[in-house]
Amino acid sequence: MIRDIFSRAAVCLLSALAVLILAAGGARAAEPIKIGSFLAVTGGASFLGDPEKKTLEMYVARVNANGGVIGRQIELVLYDSGTDAKKAASFVKRLINDDKVDIILGGTTTGETMAVVPLVEKAGIPFISFAGAGVIVQPVKKWVFKTPHTDGLAVQKIYEDIQAQGLSKVALFAGSGGFDKSCRANAHTLAGKYKIEIVADETHGKGDTDMTPQLTKIKNTGGVEAFLYCGFGADSVVAAKNYRQLGLTLPHYQSHGSASKRFVTGSGGAAEGIRLPAAALLVAGQLPDSHPQKTLALQFEADYRAKFNEPISTFGGHAYDGLMIAIGAIERAGSTDPEAVRAEIEKTANYIGVDGIYTMSPEDHLGLDTNSFVMVEIRNGDWQLLK
Amino acid sequence: MNRFMRLATPRYGGMLGLAAIIAVLPAFLPNSFYFDVVILVGLNAIVCIGLNLLVGYAGQISLGHAGFFGLGAYASAILTGNYGWPPVLALLAGAAGTGLLAFAVARPIMKLRGHYLAMGTLGLGIIISIVLTQEVDLTGGPDGMPVSGFSVLGWEPSGVLVWYWIVGGLLLLTVWLALNIVESPVGRALRAVHGSEAAAQTMGVDVVHYKVLVFVVSAVLASIAGSVFVHYIGFVTPSEAGFVHSIELITMVVLGGLASIYGAVVGAAILTTLPQLLTALHDYEMLGFGAIMMGVMIFMPKGLVPTVARLIRDRVR
Amino acid sequence: MFTEFLQFLLSGVTVGATYALVGVGFSIIYNASQVINFAQGEFVMLGGMMAWFLFERAGLPMPAAVPLAIAGTVLVGLALEKFAIEPARNASIVTLIIITIGASIFLRGGAQLVWGRDFHALPALSGDAPIDLSGVAVNPQSLWVMGCTVVVVILLHWFFSRTMTGRAMRAVAFNMLAAQLAGVNNRLILMFSFGLSAALGALAGVLIAPITLTYPDVGIMLGLKGFCAAILGGLGYPYGAIVGGLIVGISEAMTAGYVSSAYKDAVAFVIILMTLFFMPNGLFGRRGIERV
Repeated sequence: MIRDIFSRAAVCLLSALAVLILAAGGARAAEPIKIGSFLAVTGGASFLGDPEKKTLEMYVARVNANGGVIGRQIELVLYDSGTDAKKAASFVKRLINDDKVDIILGGTTTGETMAVVPLVEKAGIPFISFAGAGVIVQPVKKWVFKTPHTDGLAVQKIYEDIQAQGLSKVALFAGSGGFDKSCRANAHTLAGKYKIEIVADETHGKGDTDMTPQLTKIKNTGGVEAFLYCGFGADSVVAAKNYRQLGLTLPHYQSHGSASKRFVTGSGGAAEGIRLPAAALLVAGQLPDSHPQKTLALQFEADYRAKFNEPISTFGGHAYDGLMIAIGAIERAGSTDPEAVRAEIEKTANYIGVDGIYTMSPEDHLGLDTNSFVMVEIRNGDWQLLK
Repeated sequence: MNRFMRLATPRYGGMLGLAAIIAVLPAFLPNSFYFDVVILVGLNAIVCIGLNLLVGYAGQISLGHAGFFGLGAYASAILTGNYGWPPVLALLAGAAGTGLLAFAVARPIMKLRGHYLAMGTLGLGIIISIVLTQEVDLTGGPDGMPVSGFSVLGWEPSGVLVWYWIVGGLLLLTVWLALNIVESPVGRALRAVHGSEAAAQTMGVDVVHYKVLVFVVSAVLASIAGSVFVHYIGFVTPSEAGFVHSIELITMVVLGGLASIYGAVVGAAILTTLPQLLTALHDYEMLGFGAIMMGVMIFMPKGLVPTVARLIRDRVR
Repeated sequence: MFTEFLQFLLSGVTVGATYALVGVGFSIIYNASQVINFAQGEFVMLGGMMAWFLFERAGLPMPAAVPLAIAGTVLVGLALEKFAIEPARNASIVTLIIITIGASIFLRGGAQLVWGRDFHALPALSGDAPIDLSGVAVNPQSLWVMGCTVVVVILLHWFFSRTMTGRAMRAVAFNMLAAQLAGVNNRLILMFSFGLSAALGALAGVLIAPITLTYPDVGIMLGLKGFCAAILGGLGYPYGAIVGGLIVGISEAMTAGYVSSAYKDAVAFVIILMTLFFMPNGLFGRRGIERV
């Protein structure tokens, strides 16, 4: 008897669910251009995903106010992946099959991006990722592009600076996230090219509250000439603080993952003297007037500050560039035909963006080189452009 | 009782109902996104049925079941991807390996009680997920690794409809297995354990033996679901084995109803679709999710299916 | 060599002390209600976030911001008990665990909404300049963490052995029914234990925010480690939780320093599994009676 009721209840609930699902999937007009996006608005990478979301929403509204693209309005369909690759994959299926978007922008972290690459490749939809690691576009995948500088570029830029100072023995410290590990791997493989020797190599866990044990080991390693940290977010602040606490004074390099004002204010005085590669956006005001990115960078900074009243990070820039590259391609293609748009994205040339000047090709789906970085040093709680 | 009569009993009636739903549901799913959600519901349900045998029927807590799911997932990913094994063999090897590990740790773990057991299983799950995250060369580290499609003797399932039938079939198989375990002498012993361990022991039931058995069965089911899951999704990350996923699984079980096989299915269905529905809340998504979790458990501490069943029963009387 | 060891030890004790404070919270609530409160880590987050908000945004001086942040967290703790735990008093262990996990998600979602998702820094109570003790660099904030933990232990000892409420709490932990028959108001004790745990969590949050920063998700790992501390020491034995926290913290630091930082987190859990395999009730726990 009871089991009978169980099964009846199960039937009721499941059919109710089916109705619910049906009700949720109403038809929508196909008039506007649909841009789909999935970002890590919550979860571990929220400090990246949040400015990306704000940037996308702000500029989509602005483009629409100015009459849209090829005479059509843009509809932004945005989901929060919660920094979870499984959710990202699920939302991308929804974007492709249910929302039927014309192009997909987003994927805040490398993990989320790589999880959806097979899906967009199969569906044949142009996809521009906002995630860092080089694996996304190396090897080249037909439908996949990205806007942020890769960790490899950052390491090259840092090694150039270390070499220029006549240093060679580097102590490496990295977190355990995807970006961190990729950066660490690049630091190892690129070392030889710049005649750099890694003399210490330590890692820490995500969200660690104390890293002095690892840093003490580095401190007690003989002959270290420079210190390189691979990581981002709260972890990089803890690393900087502990580094200062142990009284280490070697030249301290971090990646562009720390290129946010939060890092500087979060570290208090501990960030002073740290050098890192960053997008020109960060030091827009200090750029020479001849710098091609200066006008755009100043404009973007002013817009973002006016709208959200918070200091700029370079992460919103990834979203800005992604959106503008997509819009440019749609305009040139004159339609939202996936193959045409994809081909036009690939032909992006000399697009002056926030992150750098992009020139893509069938062999290069990023289109940036080390020139898109400037080296900055943190002085008096602010960024100082290094010449 | 002949075969036909047995089908008519309530025990298998529920299964018939579930089979009917699985058979007609495709007609109501407008596009492959909805199929995708339903397939994920099915896979979660398989894990939850196993977990419910452990939690609901044997009265043991596990806060680490995603660890077993992750082991199956990575066994399939690594064996097919790095070593070129056929997917079916990799799935079986993963299930066998997970079963062995579960068997090895089951005795000391099942000796723990209450919250100590919660801690023990939680620790086991976290250790598994840390290993999967740290062994970068083998697992691709925190970014995970891509997984090739499934294939049986050269035949490859393609399209969501095929996957839908595969997962639907597996789900029915799991329900059938669970029903048999629940109604077997072993199952009765299990319920005795939940009632009172001391009493069961006095009755001559080898309590530890049954607990170990159920622990292994639930681990193997989780491993198989994990294997199928990664072949379907085509990608795997260590978060599949993580603490958050473990919590999701146990929440599905408790929400649907402890000691109720169909409750596990309903719980999986609700918690898998809820995040998709809650996207409408935008910034309030987490707030809403937490509130729903608390609300359901406060007002229906026994879970949805048993509570609803009781309501219906009271009405019938 | 020895200074290196001391540096690791210092790191371990600092981190361990925060685990201990969180762990004691677990134990106190467990004693009063047999509930494991998985939102304990969120008390830590709330303490840190509120203190940051009151100090940095509302412009209050630190001596006002800190007590207010703790008081605010206590209110949240009391509300949690009143609206989520009390109505479900008779539910099973797993159901109660799910309720507190739901509460932790709810609190994280709320914190994101109110204070944003970014990380925030609370300034250290007495500056960032490290103190050099014969080669060992000591962060002044570490001294605050350790000092406050010692004070908390002393106060708790006094509270549990000398005050009426404290003794009533111990009586409830020992035998709920007998305590009730002796005239102890169980519901009041339950309320009080949630308030006290929230206060301890918030204190830990305020103390470590300058070291670790504070953000909506900061409580997840701290809550788990605090749970480890409480279990390792033996549930319902607050002093055990202190020892447990220190063991977890120190073994983490030593592993990171001498073995491999990659498996640092795993080592804590391996120690706990091993301990539980041989001592199923933790290091100091009495043989408990399971609530069936």
